[in-house]
Amino acid sequence: MKLKSLKTVTSSIAMLALGAGIASADEDAALIINGETEMVVRTEAPAHLENMDEIRSGWTFRSAETQALQMDDFDNPGMIFVDQAIDTWNQVSGSEEKSCASCHEGPESMKGLRTQMPKWNEAAGEVWTTEMYINDCRENRMGADKWGWNAKDMVNMTALIALQSRGMPMNVAIDGPAQATWEQGKEMYYTRYGQLELSCANCHEDNYDNLIRADHLSQGQINGFPAYRLKNAKLNSIHARFKGCVRDTRAETFKEGSPEFIALELYVASRANGLSSEGPSVRN
Amino acid sequence: MATGVKPRVKVPKSAAAGDAITIKTLISHPMESGQRKDKEGNAIPRSIINRFTCDFNGQNVIDVTLEPAISTNPYIEFEATVPEAGEFKFTWYDDDGSVYEEAKPIAIG
Repeated sequence: MKLKSLKTVTSSIAMLALGAGIASADEDAALIINGETEMVVRTEAPAHLENMDEIRSGWTFRSAETQALQMDDFDNPGMIFVDQAIDTWNQVSGSEEKSCASCHEGPESMKGLRTQMPKWNEAAGEVWTTEMYINDCRENRMGADKWGWNAKDMVNMTALIALQSRGMPMNVAIDGPAQATWEQGKEMYYTRYGQLELSCANCHEDNYDNLIRADHLSQGQINGFPAYRLKNAKLNSIHARFKGCVRDTRAETFKEGSPEFIALELYVASRANGLSSEGPSVRN
Repeated sequence: MATGVKPRVKVPKSAAAGDAITIKTLISHPMESGQRKDKEGNAIPRSIINRFTCDFNGQNVIDVTLEPAISTNPYIEFEATVPEAGEFKFTWYDDDGSVYEEAKPIAIG
């Protein structure tokens, strides 16, 4: 892994020398799912984003074949996991003998939730992600074991919840009580980490649309999460993806669910305000 | 024994007589090849879907032999000519003896 990271940097330097001309999929392609739900994949950057005019979904950076996978639910491999989550939703678990459906009825009740996540939890006095809300339910309402952050059941459930908001614009609150966490996330975004001394912004703000070795750098938006990645053939959580990125800078990474990653999730999510929520998306 | 196996098929609701239609099928299945070893070094037994068939009104459309190199959640897409209204029947055969079935009607119009 470490060797790979080193190579990545060498190639990105070569890339800068070559310039930014990259063959990629149709730049103006529109994402319409199942021939009916049109998604916003390009829009004006939110006001708090100082260095960019336009924000683009990660979908616009992928090849035509990968893009096509997300345009039909039958072709989207992430939907298999959504199906599994529907079974879990209705499955009674824990000492209280409840399932998700016992309180929330159908998963449709989660409509709109994904677009606001992560958000300030008044009772807990901190910013909570979807995973934390799910585990709170499991522990305190169902009397069941908590799920691991990247456990299959957990990621699948976040996909089912995300799907209910598909096509709705991301609208994460960054003011009020969440502001301090948001500022912390922003600070992290522009801080260089690891032996390679790379910040998130170095790749995803200064160099998006360039190639980093064979990878086409996106803006690092998380509106499509959880994302089905072709490289590991499963759904990936936001924090698992953050971890991969930080690792690639050759840094000691933060843990999934750590206060650092929660802050970063809030900040990165807010950078996508205005784009449609796409989860579960398909990426490479 | 494979768990979480679920077949899915996509067939148009209707077609003109004699038209070739595209059928998409997918079954969620681990497709364990039998080549891998667990942490103790023991071979993980093979567990795959070894055969897939599609019939239309009793007539065979496609009969596929699947081998261990085929990846998780096998996806099979093919075309079929529809001479009359009827029903497509899909069958997947598992190594463990399980048979998974799905059927989809199609109308002419």
